[in-house]
Amino acid sequence: MAVVAVKEKIVAQLQELQRVDGSVDPAEVVTIVETVIDSIEGDLSALGLKVYADIEALARYIDTARAEIADLRPDDINSEHLPAATDELTAIVGATEQATHTIFEAVEGIEALTEKMSPEVAEEVSAAVTSIFEACGFQDITGQRITKVVTALQQVEGKVDALLNAFGDDIKRDGAPRATAKKTTTPSGAPARPDEELLNGPQLPENAISQDDIDALFK
Amino acid sequence: MSSVDMSMPILIVDDYKTMLRIIRNLLKQLGFNNVDEATDGSAALQKLRDKEYSLVISDWNMEPMSGMQLLTEVRADTKLKDLPFIMITAESKTENVIAAKEAGVSNYIVKPFNAATLKTKLSAVLGNF
Repeated sequence: MAVVAVKEKIVAQLQELQRVDGSVDPAEVVTIVETVIDSIEGDLSALGLKVYADIEALARYIDTARAEIADLRPDDINSEHLPAATDELTAIVGATEQATHTIFEAVEGIEALTEKMSPEVAEEVSAAVTSIFEACGFQDITGQRITKVVTALQQVEGKVDALLNAFGDDIKRDGAPRATAKKTTTPSGAPARPDEELLNGPQLPENAISQDDIDALFK
Repeated sequence: MSSVDMSMPILIVDDYKTMLRIIRNLLKQLGFNNVDEATDGSAALQKLRDKEYSLVISDWNMEPMSGMQLLTEVRADTKLKDLPFIMITAESKTENVIAAKEAGVSNYIVKPFNAATLKTKLSAVLGNF
């Protein structure tokens, strides 16, 4: 093949790649590399040989990487592992919420009995009841934290999807298009929300400011 | 003698039923028994327009309307603009607190909180009781 024709062919292939939005099939890269290799004819200089060897190594590297990623069964991550993890986390939120409301029922029952107690005892029981109500705030905080984790898992799911699409059907187990197991709700029961619509929720202690710091802002 | 009307209607807003129940119970222990609930800003706004309340205690992160959006709507409403509004939220970043203050929040409580903090903030907004 004439040099000009080879050049035009490679340019056309690269332009075709540029038209692909967001993902490039590694097979296309391998094809281009092979075109370059096929075009090399005649005596090669030492530099030419080195370039040839490097290009060949690159092609082998891409092929090996694709095979190794396929062996990892990345489609399992989206079809099994992430949905299972999300379900488990949602179940944790549900269980803690149920347990918290059971505690509320019991504590509200105790509080109602304070009317039958002496004032001194009623006061002590009432203080204990208050402490229990305050402590039950853990369910709200943990629920929000777990919702953040679920949102992060959904983002990982999206990245894995993009990887699968980039490498093509041959690394998927059955080669057939799969419906991704996207969650449409969060543990709180609210619709799943894009992260940018959310604030950060509970901060980790090192990132948070205290109530005293907040009070200072209101002085 | 307390100048605060303990029978004042209070609206609490949170998308977590657990937190609604905690706030309701703590308010009850402080002597406030006239408490209504809403689970997001839009439901709260509807209640505020249907009934006259003396105080709103709202979470920030809610869908479809957040507590911040509710606050903005309240302050923009000629009938509601002076309504005391306390934010109770896990949002403890300085910029969020400042944003809420600039939007006109009356006071700000960060979760987790205790009954003493709630009483202090209520006193700051409503007067001692």
